[in-house]
Amino acid sequence: MLFSLDHVGFETGGRPILSDVSFTVAEGEYVTFSGPSGSGKSTLLRLIATLLTPTTGTILYHDKPQNDYAKVDYRRQVSYCFQQPSLFGDSVRDNLAFPFTLRDQPFDPEKATAALKQVDLSASMLDKPIKELSGGEKQRVALIRNLLFTPDVILLDEVTTGLDTATKDIVHQLIEDKNLHQGVSVLAVTHDESEIAVAHRLITITAGRMEAEHE
Amino acid sequence: MNNLIVSPTALAFAVILVIIALLLNFKEHIGLEKDMIIGVIRAVIQLTVVGYVLTYIIKVDRPALTLLMVVIIILNAAWNARGRANGIPHAFAISLLAISVATITTIALLVLAHAVKFTPSQIVPISGMIASNAMVAIGLCYRNLNASFHDQRQAVLERLALGADAKLATLDIVRNAIKTGMAPTIDSAKTVGLVSLPGMMSGLIFAGIDPSKAIMYQIMVTFMLLAATSLASVIACYRAYPQFFNEDLQLR
Repeated sequence: MLFSLDHVGFETGGRPILSDVSFTVAEGEYVTFSGPSGSGKSTLLRLIATLLTPTTGTILYHDKPQNDYAKVDYRRQVSYCFQQPSLFGDSVRDNLAFPFTLRDQPFDPEKATAALKQVDLSASMLDKPIKELSGGEKQRVALIRNLLFTPDVILLDEVTTGLDTATKDIVHQLIEDKNLHQGVSVLAVTHDESEIAVAHRLITITAGRMEAEHE
Repeated sequence: MNNLIVSPTALAFAVILVIIALLLNFKEHIGLEKDMIIGVIRAVIQLTVVGYVLTYIIKVDRPALTLLMVVIIILNAAWNARGRANGIPHAFAISLLAISVATITTIALLVLAHAVKFTPSQIVPISGMIASNAMVAIGLCYRNLNASFHDQRQAVLERLALGADAKLATLDIVRNAIKTGMAPTIDSAKTVGLVSLPGMMSGLIFAGIDPSKAIMYQIMVTFMLLAATSLASVIACYRAYPQFFNEDLQLR
């Protein structure tokens, strides 16, 4: 199994956010999570991403506890994309160079521009100041920052919320392509019906508990 | 030395200046009266005690006593720097390490270069200058680190999520904090002689030393403080930033 969650719970300041969540995800699966705001969906993805640690239960990745992996290696394989990403540095180049820096590799502008094209952004975008980017452009740059070095798993936290239909389609197409043709497993928090429709499974979370699971 | 004429009576008259400051405070409702009075009382008591202690230490001229005085200065500076840390764990130990290394390294180099002699009349004041500048620099570093980790929390989270270690996730923050810590010393080096006549130089001129000789000491002090604040800022920032993360490489 890619992931096995066993009675996972999380609480902060004595307040339970997630309780008794158990499910498995197979390699190559596309799983969506839905539910009301504040039901714990983002927390669940952050637990899987190791950005938070469960207060109860265990999460296994490839049948081994998350703690068996070095955090930096795990997070490069299991890549978490934020709902409202923050681009850092001054330009798009600074953001796309960061994954190369992480891996001690020289920046490859061709690889970066090819990735920009995948999300319908031109090569000239590379040197554009981030202050001049629109919300949709920022979200796409953030997404390819996660995908420049193809991870095993991508965790998407409502990444298309607030985007226009055309940009949503571009992002969905890229995610589908990664899932179908490169075997990247996808776990996505979404309310988008079209995204839920292409996924293999939908898990509904309400008030911190798994409510239903649909194939 | 004959031109040093401050007598207790003259000091008593100088209290008028404090009263002017207090009256201004009352009139403008600034609310710093209590702090000012405490500050004045503390300054008088601390300086009087230090004056007598230094007189004794200089008179007996024992290396062990000189070193003890340096240790007390470093401990006090570290404790005060800790006060600026605003909850950064292990801030006292980090400050102590940074100020100790900065002070000891700088003094050791100065003594080895025969720029100063290992006598209490030289070592104690120089240690005080180094430790206090290092303390201020570290305080600024801590304040900047706290503000940046707060303001740039999302950017740090993004880098962690991409698989950065704590160092790569915070490189900009740490560099900025070091710059902030060193900025006053660098600004002061740029304007020394033009805007201010610093303490060491002013003190020597007051004592009747030829200004052309006094500047030699001031140049030495400028170099010394640049080295000391760099060392202290770098050590404090590189020791402090990991404290913002837990053992799971998550932001606290």
